[in-house]
Amino acid sequence: MTSLQVPSLASFSVSPLPELRFEGVTFNNEDKVLLGPCSFTLNGSGPTLVMGPNGAGKSLLLRLSHSLLQPTQGRITWSGEASPRQAMVFQHPVLLRRSAIANLIHALAVNKVPRRKRLKLARDALERFGLIDCCNTPARVLSGGEKQRLALARAWVLSPQVLFLDEPTSALDPAAIQAVEAAVREFHQRGTRIVMTTHDLHQAKRLAGDILFLSGGKVREHTSADAFFDAPVSQEAQAFIAGGLVE
Amino acid sequence: MENNAFYVALTLLFNLDASLYQIVALSLQVSLLAVLIAALFGFPLGAAVAIWRFPGRGGMIVALNALMGLPPVVAGLMVYLLLSRAGPLGDWGLLFTPGAMVLAQVVLVLPILAALSRQKVEDLLGEYREQFVSLGMSKLRMMPTLLWDARFALLTVLLAGFGRASAEVGAVMMVGGNIDGVTRVMTTSIVLETGKGNLPLALALGMVLLALVMLINAGAYLLGELSRRRVG
Repeated sequence: MTSLQVPSLASFSVSPLPELRFEGVTFNNEDKVLLGPCSFTLNGSGPTLVMGPNGAGKSLLLRLSHSLLQPTQGRITWSGEASPRQAMVFQHPVLLRRSAIANLIHALAVNKVPRRKRLKLARDALERFGLIDCCNTPARVLSGGEKQRLALARAWVLSPQVLFLDEPTSALDPAAIQAVEAAVREFHQRGTRIVMTTHDLHQAKRLAGDILFLSGGKVREHTSADAFFDAPVSQEAQAFIAGGLVE
Repeated sequence: MENNAFYVALTLLFNLDASLYQIVALSLQVSLLAVLIAALFGFPLGAAVAIWRFPGRGGMIVALNALMGLPPVVAGLMVYLLLSRAGPLGDWGLLFTPGAMVLAQVVLVLPILAALSRQKVEDLLGEYREQFVSLGMSKLRMMPTLLWDARFALLTVLLAGFGRASAEVGAVMMVGGNIDGVTRVMTTSIVLETGKGNLPLALALGMVLLALVMLINAGAYLLGELSRRRVG
């Protein structure tokens, strides 16, 4: 993937990353507690990787953070006065039944970007994510990897301060995984807080600044990536890293 | 031979029978205009019911679904009362004009377009909802996006509406009056010719009507398939 340096983007890294704080957050489905209570603060500078076995509540945590769901109890707050601009990339990208570029233009239109700027921003993003040749291809006939890159490009044009990614590579082949990880790094370099779920240990090692480890709906560990992989404290994390089954 | 319906139909068509063409043209004008007007109101209505949650929404969905089966004569009666000299819209002088026929067909077609588009849009919204919320879209903003993305499904819905409009006879008969050269359409002519015992002509008209409806459906199907293949 080509990495274009856009000078004006340098200013992004100056502003501090928005901090995300969970205070006693729980999420119930009827009477069943699916997540929490959790309390933590994401204030590191590197990407946060949310890890844990299936059903641990990783996706739930992401959706709560992104306000797609409301917590049953507790508070989720951001540093600063207003909540930051956010975008989310889903495991199965949801793309409109239009061309690749029309998907980006739609996102820009929704965010009230002036009409005359939309085409250029959209083309730049397609170029950055290696999709310029698919510009007019219907989004829904793209390959899985291309679809995910288009979803990333759509997030890119919105210049979010926080980017959530929910298992973005779980259905992709190695080359496509590499492209997605490169994109995540670009977002990071632009000064975007990254919060991403994965169950791939190697991916977490490659990307993570800090690790939020969940199991059974509870946060078991929140440490730097090095500490997590060298010396996990919780039994669940030790078992997870050792490849064992975590209840 | 002269009593053969096929023969009569072909003779009418190939002799460029003026009154036949007038009847066919009026039928198409009335039904297409009615479907267009109904779509203008019915699609946004269907999308709105799909997107918003409000008290009485369930009742509204049931009502729309039920109105899909509204008997044409009842719709005709309603429009007749509305447009008759003593009625609230009597001053418009629309009764026994093509305008009245359009209005009656709008009443018949609108519930079909609204109810079916509600279903299609709701299905699509289920797929798109999280992404829409993530993009920070308001419900009002979702409406045009959903209607455009459901365009192929809505084309089929439009055809269902057109089928209803072009096939019905009760409503246009009541509010149009089947006046020769003014409000006579294919269905009312068929009723008239059958009543007069002129069965070959009635059958011939029936075949022309059927052929027209098939032609329009085939055209829409091809259009839909082509663009569907293009957009995936």
